[in-house]
Amino acid sequence: MSIKQISVFVENKAGALLAITSVLAANGIDMRALALSEASDFGIGRMIVSDVYAATTVLKDAGFIHSISPVLAVAIPNVPGGLNEVLKVLSTEGVNVEYMYAFQGKASEDAYMVFKVADDIHAASVLRDHGIRLANEEDLARL
Amino acid sequence: MAERYFQPEIETMPREQLKALQDERLVAQVRHVWENVPYYRKKMEEKGLTPDDIKGTEDLHKLPFLSKADLREAYPYGLMGAPLKDCVRIQSTSGTTGKRVVAFYTQADINLWEDCCARAIVAAGGSNESVCQVSYGYGLFTGGPGLNGGSHKVGCLTIPTSSGNTERQIMFIMDLQATILCCTPSYAAYLGESMKEMGLTPDQIPLKAGIFGAEAWSEEMRQSIQDTLGIKAFDIYGLTELSGPGVAFECSEQTGMHINEDHFIAEVIDPDTGEVLPDGVQGELVFTAITKKAFPLLRYRTRDICVLSHEKCSCGRTHVKMSKPRGRTDDMLIIRGVNVFPSQIETVLLNQGYPANYQIIVDRVRNSDTLEVQVEMTPEMFTDNLGEIAQRQKQLVDGLRSMLGLTAKVTLVAPKSIVRSEGKAVRVIDKRKI
Ligand SMILES: [Zn+2]
Repeated sequence: MSIKQISVFVENKAGALLAITSVLAANGIDMRALALSEASDFGIGRMIVSDVYAATTVLKDAGFIHSISPVLAVAIPNVPGGLNEVLKVLSTEGVNVEYMYAFQGKASEDAYMVFKVADDIHAASVLRDHGIRLANEEDLARL
Repeated sequence: MAERYFQPEIETMPREQLKALQDERLVAQVRHVWENVPYYRKKMEEKGLTPDDIKGTEDLHKLPFLSKADLREAYPYGLMGAPLKDCVRIQSTSGTTGKRVVAFYTQADINLWEDCCARAIVAAGGSNESVCQVSYGYGLFTGGPGLNGGSHKVGCLTIPTSSGNTERQIMFIMDLQATILCCTPSYAAYLGESMKEMGLTPDQIPLKAGIFGAEAWSEEMRQSIQDTLGIKAFDIYGLTELSGPGVAFECSEQTGMHINEDHFIAEVIDPDTGEVLPDGVQGELVFTAITKKAFPLLRYRTRDICVLSHEKCSCGRTHVKMSKPRGRTDDMLIIRGVNVFPSQIETVLLNQGYPANYQIIVDRVRNSDTLEVQVEMTPEMFTDNLGEIAQRQKQLVDGLRSMLGLTAKVTLVAPKSIVRSEGKAVRVIDKRKI
């Protein structure tokens, strides 16, 4: 139930992230979510895109180093305490979240959260058991 | 396979006989210089010397040194040792470290230089069956003309591509099935990288040997070039002041370069006192050209730091071996009082699996020297985990600290962002001098 996230090496200099997003935009690739994580002198740009294969191809051709990792796109119920509920489930089930970032569906009312966990298969089943909805690649295409 | 030589009688000459040859040639050369180079004659006179004081190689240490400063002072014609009518060519350095050097050659000088290069090619396995691509620059730079001449003497089919135009280089290597490649080690690494990207594997690449010189390279870099190109990589040493490449070259043992002692006498000296050092002790390499006539430098200080060894070599050559230069007195950076050679940094990088492409930036911030090493991120090293990358970065900082005794800042930069060089790589940017 995981979806594919693309992580790109971002050099620590002005315009480095823009260079990456420009390549995607120029190739008509829709970026659904983007989060930048920084160390002291470099960063990792993490993104969810409309077409992973096309995105990695154009990034590679443009000389960007990237990797793909599985993440969970969790639908956060649009009610007060919605995110809290999800985090509570993960915490009681002992799932350690490496990082997370928000992701807004276009047509839907729901907000989504991208979670990176060590064992995505286990985490997905735990969430499902608690009635929490996960988006798959097909869902994403519709969102 | 039995070792082959270009000039077996000279390359394997017994030591006593070789010394007798050097004695005779040195005595004649000192007289030649005394009579033809007033600049050096004056230096000898200042030390109270006449040619009669030099009876053989044991008297060599009495002669005054020549340095790069002398070359500048005597520029352009002050050290010419043959009448203009006998000189047929000049070669020149790039002038990156000061004023350019202009060296002169008689036809005989070119001939002996090409012999030296031919010895290197044969030692690398070359023969008249070889296809030898010379990707050193042609022109004023000695690399192209020297190896080109040597390749002709061996009888190789010579491809004079000169440097640059990587696509064309690769096309010639593949189409003509080149077996020997001559270029700078950084360009060899770049060609290897490009061929790998094109999907060519070492067993598809026809090259068998490479002769790489004109810049410092480490043992680790040799390994990496050998692996990507599927070749045996041989070092070659030389400098324009002494003719060009081929002053010394590596044999199949790959444990040092045999100096062509029938043409050049080598000494290693203490760079501070000028005192001659014994075998195995590291110091500045000094050469005396005993056969060249148009630019006959005696006791020329190369600024290269290395060690000499007279130990018997398994290849059968009797000529003394010099270690790969461990640095140049002028490449040496003094950072916070510590001597640092770029080659030391390269060793650490390659040991930890980084590409050979890097840049060293030295600056002075608030009266204190800073050292920054920029390396390129590679797809193999990249992961989604920030912590893992930071950990690798720290490992590199630690590795550099134990090698140099200094803390360096390590910056990871985007792939291909460090300019690739087609000739000598620009490794060091010393902003303290700007
Ligand atoms: Zn040998």
